[in-house]
Amino acid sequence: MKLVGRWWTVGRGSSLASVAAAVWVALLYIAGVPAYVEVTSARQNDATLQKGNGAYQYWCATCHGRGPGHPGTVALTAKYKGALPGLLEERTDLTPQTVRFAVRRGTSIMPFFRKTEVSDADLDAIAQYLTRRAVPRAGQLNQP
Amino acid sequence: MAVPPGVSTRDWETALRQFRQAVGESWVFTSDDDIALYRDAYSPLWGEPEERLVSAALAPDTTEQVSAVVRTANQFRIPVFPISTGKNLGYGGSAPNLSGSVVIDLKRMNRVVEVDDTRHFAIVEPGVAYFDLYRHIQERRLNVWIDCPDPGWGSPVGNSLDHGVGYTFGAYRDHFHSHCGLEAVLPNGDVVRTGMGALPGAKTWAEYRYGFGPTVDGLFAQGNLGIVTKMGFHLLPAPEAYQTSIVTVPRRRDIVPLVDLINELEHQALVGMPEYFSPLGGFGRPGPPPQEFVALMQRPGGPTDEEFDRYAQQRNAGAWSCRLQFYGSPKVVAAHLEHAKDRFAAVVAGSTFQDGELLRFPLNAEQLDRVHKVAVGIPNMSIFSIGARTELNPSPSDGHLWFSPIIPKSGEAVLEAQRVFMDAFAKLGMPSMVSPFTMPATWMHRAFIFIMAFPISRSNVAQNQRTRTVFRELVKVAAEHGWGEYRTAPVFQDDVMAAYSFNNHSLLRLHEAIKDAVDPNGIVAAGRSGIWPRHLRRTRA
Repeated sequence: MKLVGRWWTVGRGSSLASVAAAVWVALLYIAGVPAYVEVTSARQNDATLQKGNGAYQYWCATCHGRGPGHPGTVALTAKYKGALPGLLEERTDLTPQTVRFAVRRGTSIMPFFRKTEVSDADLDAIAQYLTRRAVPRAGQLNQP
Repeated sequence: MAVPPGVSTRDWETALRQFRQAVGESWVFTSDDDIALYRDAYSPLWGEPEERLVSAALAPDTTEQVSAVVRTANQFRIPVFPISTGKNLGYGGSAPNLSGSVVIDLKRMNRVVEVDDTRHFAIVEPGVAYFDLYRHIQERRLNVWIDCPDPGWGSPVGNSLDHGVGYTFGAYRDHFHSHCGLEAVLPNGDVVRTGMGALPGAKTWAEYRYGFGPTVDGLFAQGNLGIVTKMGFHLLPAPEAYQTSIVTVPRRRDIVPLVDLINELEHQALVGMPEYFSPLGGFGRPGPPPQEFVALMQRPGGPTDEEFDRYAQQRNAGAWSCRLQFYGSPKVVAAHLEHAKDRFAAVVAGSTFQDGELLRFPLNAEQLDRVHKVAVGIPNMSIFSIGARTELNPSPSDGHLWFSPIIPKSGEAVLEAQRVFMDAFAKLGMPSMVSPFTMPATWMHRAFIFIMAFPISRSNVAQNQRTRTVFRELVKVAAEHGWGEYRTAPVFQDDVMAAYSFNNHSLLRLHEAIKDAVDPNGIVAAGRSGIWPRHLRRTRA
């Protein structure tokens, strides 16, 4: 039998990597070398972003991907009329809260997603991925 | 915390402990936020007291876990409702018929058990989506196609169990028809396999569907005798090439020979799914018709056939078209296309063909972008472009509800359905969803679906109530003409089953007798397809 779901984690050792990273961070704190923690956090962030990217491509990109045939991208392009990108991955104004809200509450004909589909951990990673280039500014539009 | 109907708080707490032992603490959902995710996102009852809500959700990972939670549910008479990927939007989503049911969410059971590309079958669990099965096949370069419905996030198991349909070739489009063997957990927790699967060590579970003795698989589709945990499916060997050609006929009455001829071609397995449309209306020709034609449309009885034909001539368009789809080697495709042209030339004067490009598989990126993906077995989500916000649809609804009556596969039936439903909408004082150019969906191999989509609102209760009234009237109107719905959301399942009333509802009485025998406590999917357990059964009018 082959496991199909959550394929983005299979073979990448991401769970092992995150455990190892956590242990390393703990050791660094104990050793009193906080200067390295930033580097480790960055690696953890990379792992989270990688996980978020994978989860995004699996769950979201089928509607919110680039090119024709992606109704989410078409809908957001029609909504913002050039004021914001139709492609979610190009947005710099999203916040983790708005991403979580859209996934758990749905909007327009986009339904909400159950936790057996998008787990809280996956949703956090997706939120980090979509806000990786966030540029907060006054009066920002932050609705997905 | 919500408690299922008819269950004491003490029993509920004991059952929850047993559920947690069976599937793990994190896979029992009881918080308001978590169980709200099991609402039907497109519910026509959204926010009203009658909306179908759940008391909890459980997510088992194996058949053994499903069996364990069902045993507990049966012990405490807790109503349960299974879902596969939970994406049956427009037909009920992930919500049960009976409020307070516990959803058994099978999404975690996402294993592709087997795909064979020389004997052409697959065996999958309910949580496998069409996207997953397609990816599994592509990654291994297996020489088979799947047949998928419009949204690729659906489950082959769940879709076929609601008699779902697809886009490629012949009976593969009828997903329950193309299933072969299933495994189900019965209401007492017992696990049964049908067909050859009942033979321990069977070598042909997904190939020979009957095994020995009576066939019971159909009782699990749109039924409530158990929870299906595996299914086999026949798969189409991957064709070498594909080509479309649009045949157009000039006159309104030509719809009769058009459908007859395409039936002949399709039932001889020479073409795939035909896609009918009128060049005079529908998608691809937005904007209102000219005023003089609107006046004709509003005249009692509508335009005559001759007036329709004049209108077509003025627009320099045919009356009806159909996109034919040819699959096979390039030689086979060319021969079948040539035969189709010969038949039309002999039967329908003035018919024309517009050939598409011959595509050879695998397609390149540019071809993939423009091909109708589901017609070549590629799951995607582009169908939602119809309901989502676009420049032409700046204020989208919050969802939709499908009305799906089955009508005969004939031109006469299409014209009759247009008239009947246009009259019905007029009598109901509602803008018609049907025009003299509306054509049916052709997913079924041997019948048409005269499908319509009603918009759903999450904020306008009055609109939803009006929609429900109209929907119920249309069920009756259809039944008066010998047409019945093939599938519907839980809120209308009693209405639709009531229309299948031959011999004082003898079919429903049989379903009820079987339900009482197999599920005496009435725990599984109470009310599904209008089949209620004895203690919840209503007196039929």
